[in-house]
Amino acid sequence: MKLFDWIRFPMASLFQPAKLRAEMEEELRSHVEHRADDLVRSGMSRDQADRQARIEFGAREKYKEECQEALGGNFLATLLQDLRFSLRVLRKSPGFTFAAVVTLALAIGANALVFAVVNALFLRPLNVPHGESLYSLQRGNEKYIVQSYPDYLDLRDRNRSFDDLAAYSISQAGLDTGKDPATVWGYTASGNYFDALGIQPYLGRFFHGSDEHGPNSAPYIVLSYAYWHTHFQDDQGVVGRQVRMNKHPFTIIGVAPPEFHGTLIFFSPSFFVPIVNHSQVDAWDDMNSRGSRWVFEILGHVKAGVTPAQASADLSSVGAYLQSTYPKDDDQKTYSLVRPGLHGNFFAPAVRAFLTGLMLLAGLILLAACANLGSLFAARASDRGREVALRIALGSSRSRILRQLMTEAVLISMAGGTLGLAVSVVLLRRLSVWQPFPEFPIHIPVNPDASVYWVALGLALVSGILFGIVPVRQVLNANPYEVVKAGSSARMGRRVTVRDVLLVVQIAICAVLVTASLVAVRGLARSMHANLGFEPRNVLLAQTVLSMAGYSEDRIPAMQERMIEAMKTIPGVTDAALVDTPPLHMGWSISTVFKDQTADLRPSNAAATAVYYRVSPEYLRTAGTALLAGRGFSSSDSKDAPRVAIVNGEFARTILGSKASAVGSHFKMPDGTRVLVVGLVEDGKYTANLAEDPQPAMFFPLLQLPASDTTLLLRSSRDLQLVAPAIRTKMRSLDAGLPVFIQTWDEEMNGALFGSRVATVSLGVLGMMGAMLSITGIFGMAAYSVSKRMRELGIRVALGAQKTEVLQTALGRAVKLLAVGSALGLLLGLLATRVLAFIVYQATPRDPFVMVGVVFAMIVLGLLATWIPAQRALSIDPLALLREE
Amino acid sequence: MTDQAQLLPGTLDLLILRAVSLGPLHGYGILLRIGQISGNALMIEQGALYPGLFRLVKQGLLKASWGTSDNNRRAKFYELTTAGRSRLQVETDSWNRLAGAIAAALSQQPEEA
Repeated sequence: MKLFDWIRFPMASLFQPAKLRAEMEEELRSHVEHRADDLVRSGMSRDQADRQARIEFGAREKYKEECQEALGGNFLATLLQDLRFSLRVLRKSPGFTFAAVVTLALAIGANALVFAVVNALFLRPLNVPHGESLYSLQRGNEKYIVQSYPDYLDLRDRNRSFDDLAAYSISQAGLDTGKDPATVWGYTASGNYFDALGIQPYLGRFFHGSDEHGPNSAPYIVLSYAYWHTHFQDDQGVVGRQVRMNKHPFTIIGVAPPEFHGTLIFFSPSFFVPIVNHSQVDAWDDMNSRGSRWVFEILGHVKAGVTPAQASADLSSVGAYLQSTYPKDDDQKTYSLVRPGLHGNFFAPAVRAFLTGLMLLAGLILLAACANLGSLFAARASDRGREVALRIALGSSRSRILRQLMTEAVLISMAGGTLGLAVSVVLLRRLSVWQPFPEFPIHIPVNPDASVYWVALGLALVSGILFGIVPVRQVLNANPYEVVKAGSSARMGRRVTVRDVLLVVQIAICAVLVTASLVAVRGLARSMHANLGFEPRNVLLAQTVLSMAGYSEDRIPAMQERMIEAMKTIPGVTDAALVDTPPLHMGWSISTVFKDQTADLRPSNAAATAVYYRVSPEYLRTAGTALLAGRGFSSSDSKDAPRVAIVNGEFARTILGSKASAVGSHFKMPDGTRVLVVGLVEDGKYTANLAEDPQPAMFFPLLQLPASDTTLLLRSSRDLQLVAPAIRTKMRSLDAGLPVFIQTWDEEMNGALFGSRVATVSLGVLGMMGAMLSITGIFGMAAYSVSKRMRELGIRVALGAQKTEVLQTALGRAVKLLAVGSALGLLLGLLATRVLAFIVYQATPRDPFVMVGVVFAMIVLGLLATWIPAQRALSIDPLALLREE
Repeated sequence: MTDQAQLLPGTLDLLILRAVSLGPLHGYGILLRIGQISGNALMIEQGALYPGLFRLVKQGLLKASWGTSDNNRRAKFYELTTAGRSRLQVETDSWNRLAGAIAAALSQQPEEA
């Protein structure tokens, strides 16, 4: 306590004017002196009188304290006193303190972690100057917020509510900095992008609106800080250097600041290129097509004094103008503003549902921890009944005792909160630099900020008060005479106590968590075995972007033909095919489709939106997609032949009427092309989410709808690791400057499984924490009841009780509570599973595996927790016990 | 000593106000004055006076200033403020009503039924 004393004295004098204390002291002394004067006058000697006067005055320190209380000024002094006492008490029971602090640290750490992620994704504005007034545009209530470039220009120039509107698109390009050409991800951004956001360059300059002079007029590239740091080793002289992007020369003009990671929260681009040069980056010239929506996001700062509602009304009036001017392409005229960074309504709802679920569960963990600690505190309070009774008998007020117990609780909760926060900060830092996919620059900016600290400490304080409150009634009802007289013998009450209720609550919560994590694990297992509509095993993916190597459109088909032929000569390769983007890859193409009889092809008349793939004839066989009817593509489905497509079952059902009549029927594309359906394939999974509902998909021949950005699929009978180098060699012999990215399809699927993996891991961790909490809870309860009833058990053993009877006496209650709690929790957990359905593939509560699993898990937990107390109860030696008493 | 009465809770403040209303007094003086006006019938522990005094000063019913006592010692003298004086009036009235009512109730002879 040395250190504490050292702190205490300066603090006390700091908060309590020394003058006041001196005055009080002098006044009381003056009183005693006056009394002594009187006593001397009545014949006492001076010494005797002084002594007598002091005795008559009474407990001077106590009155001084009361005086200070009357002035309302000694709150801090009392607090320090309480703190000092609490520290001493807690130090005397290190086991209890440790258990309590760790329990809380876990619970509060989990909450801080989840809150930090919610905060980063939904509460905190994007990390740009004045981020709170930054909004992105959402068209109608579409799921995708992509726009066409001409529409963007109109919106930018015709709105009156934004300071400026910037736009960007995400692209992958082959960047040759003089060494190995590599594919990197970056933005093509409007000229005003940096100016609209108010970002200043770290090095060199940014491009501006004034740099844009028509298509491909601004061959400038801005590097991200991270890319510059890793690829140019912080070389200050990089500005002005030439690099080649997809073989086109670009000049490095600047480096973005380290804290700027673009305007999509979880994606960190490596470069920024003016959007007018988009066709050089993406080899796809859609700058003037109003129907082609590829601009990923439009965003800007709303002008000061303009409300978001006014701004969207203004945008919608621009939309009305667009609709009347271009009825064929733009028929959805309303716009609304959404938070930037999560691509509008596309990612936000799923992520939000998931995080809401996690927050609920983390809250439950904290509640369980509070229940746990509450019962621990109640047990302690009854053990300390004697101490409390003595203090009351000696004149301490009950409020003073409660205050001290509360201080103890809050002290523990603060220690736990601080520890939990520290651990979560470490984890969050890790998460911020986490790179789950080698080929895709994920960036999750969840570094904690002040609000995370406040929330964690607030939670700690609230939970401290929550579990501190539990023993209050016990203390208030304590009768000092009874306790002192009877000693601390156990009350043999059979009624339901607060502690019992707390234990049931806690076990119920734990069972909910165990149920949730089992449902998630089950969902993941199921999604692993779901019918994907293709067979990823034994397939290698080799991603090539011919446009990156400078191939012009007319040379691409021939080159693709040569690539497939070359791949087929690799030993072990049984099939090879091309697809623009494999299913379940990040990034996919969609198009509206129309029924054959629809004449007015405005978007609102569309029959459905379908995912589409452009494939070479060998695709179905290579991917392992089963053809149900009709035929596959052949080389005769060429550019000049009638347009054909293969569709899946869902497409046939929703657009063509039935599966049986699908082959041979027609549908229309948005540009009016009639397409003949020649084949029908099984349903599968397409977008980057295994939990998706069946959706329409169609396949087009690559020859009729060319794409330069393609992936080679190679099915091999040999070990894939041996085939990969052969692919590289072959590709180099075809074109040495062509960047290739090779991985197995299984590896690639990690992206699609990412969501359910994260869900499973987080739910699993929460389930584990719940399980740990309930083990400690049951253990505490069982151990306490055994130790309280040692004497009784000893007598029973002495009277000839069997082992089972002893166990039943010692642990019957704990086991009963466990059963009630588990049943309650299982019931609640099954209800909560509805919430999980958002994130977990086919989460269903009525799954026998889950039911049995939960029951089994709870039994194991119960056995674990009661093992030691049971051993103790069984090893009772009545002789030793009776001798001790 | 044994025939002294315990103070009812809350009555000490009233007694202090009453004692001080007759002129400024220091703490010990207040105690003597209370003894004098109550005919030494009340038992007050000497120190218990002070929390009450501090409370009344905090409420603005008393004001305190340092001075010199008859014994030629430094002492803190208390006197009534205007608020203190009106409070004394109110409290005295309500005490009298209460005391009268209780006295009446206790002196009432039960009527034979």
